[in-house]
Amino acid sequence: MAEDQPAGAPRTLPIQSATFTAEVNAEIRRAAATGIYDIRGGGAKRRVPHFDDLLFLGASVSRYPLEGYRERCDTNVILGTRHAKRPIEIDIPITIAGMSFGALSAQAKEALGRGASAAGTSTTTGDGGMTPEERGQSTKLVYQYLPSRYGMNPEDLRKADAIEVVVGQGAKPGGGGMLLGQKISPRVAEMRDLPEGIDQRSACRHPDWTGPDDLEIKILELREITGWEKPIYVKIGGARPYFDTTLAVKAGADVVVLDGMQGGTAATQDVFIEHVGQPTLACIPEAVRALQDMGLHREVQLIVSGGIRSGADVAKAIALGADAASIGTAAMVAIGDNDPKWEAEYRRMGTTAGAYDDWHEGRDPAGISTQDPDLAARLDPVEAGRRLRNYLKVMTLEAQTLARACGKSHVRNLEPEDLCALTMEAAAMARVPLAGTDWWPGKRGQDF
Amino acid sequence: MQTFDLESMGLRDLNAALQGQGPDTNETSREVVNPRGSHALAVGLDAPLDVTVHGSTGYYCAGMNSRATIRITGSAGPGVAENMMSGTVIVEGDASQYAGATGHGGLLVIRGNASSRCGISMKGIDIVVGGDVGHMSAFMAQKGNLVICGDAGDALGDSIYEARLFLRGRAKGLGADCVEKEMRPEHLELLAGLLDRAGMNARPEDFRRYGSARGLYHFDIDNAY
Repeated sequence: MAEDQPAGAPRTLPIQSATFTAEVNAEIRRAAATGIYDIRGGGAKRRVPHFDDLLFLGASVSRYPLEGYRERCDTNVILGTRHAKRPIEIDIPITIAGMSFGALSAQAKEALGRGASAAGTSTTTGDGGMTPEERGQSTKLVYQYLPSRYGMNPEDLRKADAIEVVVGQGAKPGGGGMLLGQKISPRVAEMRDLPEGIDQRSACRHPDWTGPDDLEIKILELREITGWEKPIYVKIGGARPYFDTTLAVKAGADVVVLDGMQGGTAATQDVFIEHVGQPTLACIPEAVRALQDMGLHREVQLIVSGGIRSGADVAKAIALGADAASIGTAAMVAIGDNDPKWEAEYRRMGTTAGAYDDWHEGRDPAGISTQDPDLAARLDPVEAGRRLRNYLKVMTLEAQTLARACGKSHVRNLEPEDLCALTMEAAAMARVPLAGTDWWPGKRGQDF
Repeated sequence: MQTFDLESMGLRDLNAALQGQGPDTNETSREVVNPRGSHALAVGLDAPLDVTVHGSTGYYCAGMNSRATIRITGSAGPGVAENMMSGTVIVEGDASQYAGATGHGGLLVIRGNASSRCGISMKGIDIVVGGDVGHMSAFMAQKGNLVICGDAGDALGDSIYEARLFLRGRAKGLGADCVEKEMRPEHLELLAGLLDRAGMNARPEDFRRYGSARGLYHFDIDNAY
């Protein structure tokens, strides 16, 4: 305000920029001070159209609901029916996504195995090989085949129940992995054939194949090594889901794992997490359309991940055409990640419970994203596994509740017709009607 | 010696027969005829077999080999002996891209030339190439030894970790963080042993050694491109 303004005149209030917010300015100052981009864990934190923007319609006069406590609503899923001699059957339509030993403590990996096994589902290795703790506690274990090939060996490959060829992940489609030196403990270094304490870089592309034609031959090799027994999954990030799904299936995938941009990572650049890839909601219909165009929907199974938090999310993903959903971040939260009981320690690190994402620094007070023996010892894998089992059971009950309300005797029978959207964006992405209408943007035969 | 003819049997039957061989056999010799460039030949073996493939192979021959000795009398397609754990693979001709990729152990001998990315992400394997190697060989090589009796293409040893590179000829260029290092007596001894095991007629004194400057081991803004 000008100094010559009369005393008592109305003053203009300070206005914070909607473009240069406090968070933006803080990041500019941090970048200017350090000269390095921000690295963090987790998935996209920005608001994007998501399952919250969809609702189930439920049953009414025109639809016949099932009685919640009397009539069956099955939840089992068989994965790998296309080519594998030994498909996997899981009891619930929820799996545990790939997370590495290295990114997570051995206790956390064991807890994930215990919880998944108790709930009748599978867990998945990560970029660091298979640990005895995880294999020992996982009745169904999916072995990830990643560009780095850290710890990859045929013996573990044969011990796996399925193989997941990772082409990309939702947090960073087109990006490689990183594990900073704080977490390269002697055991992690030995498993990865790396010097201790270095900042480990993982390649963004596989070292011995490029493109879908090569991938087909790579899958042939993996099948030949394992006697055509194991289902072969191909995991893709949410980049171009129609074409990527088509090419993965052409290459011979039994299962496509589709990870949207809300999917987490152990560590990568924040700019990658927030600015590359598509929301999970936008990816599912495109992947389903690809499977339908090939006449392979339900014969090649689709697992969807990226921001799955509840049985409602699982049911909505299945209604859009997925066979199952997969959780990573939510599983970490279930076993204790970002728990408010560690608030004092989060505060000392300059963060707060719920926002802690410096997983790469290895100082996780919950003992999950760390290799510090003292911190890791805080996590009781038996108790944490029990919490994960409870959470998976609740999610399953929620999905069953919604499926019964829509008159379905199996959650797999949920369909897009059971849904409506709350926003234009969600309607356009999910291709279900905007609530109160029979229309969605882009619907064929109906101009806006 | 048991002979498998790929003209009359399928790939699955061949691999199943080779993989089904127990570790205690005293009849170890096998030969494969009419490979016709097939992919994924003799993969995942885990017994001390001695397999000779008469002809040239496609992708990933001898992939993930453990303990077996596999000899290819022709040339090998991409990814020969990828992720080998132990044993020996010998290519009498040339090898395509990614030879020995991510190998953890064993010895890969290529008597001819190897194409690009030979030894990419190697994790303990020893590779001896009689001729030249293509660009980006030993990219992100972690452990093991790559011996090149001829020349190397551009960007040799880019982003290398702790693997050792021995080059008799010239490199068109070195990759990021790859530098020439002193050839000490222990390296000459190591190299002599590798050349001997590979049956290569070359003098260790004619080679130069390359490895990591370790400048990329920790993130530094000044290393960004």
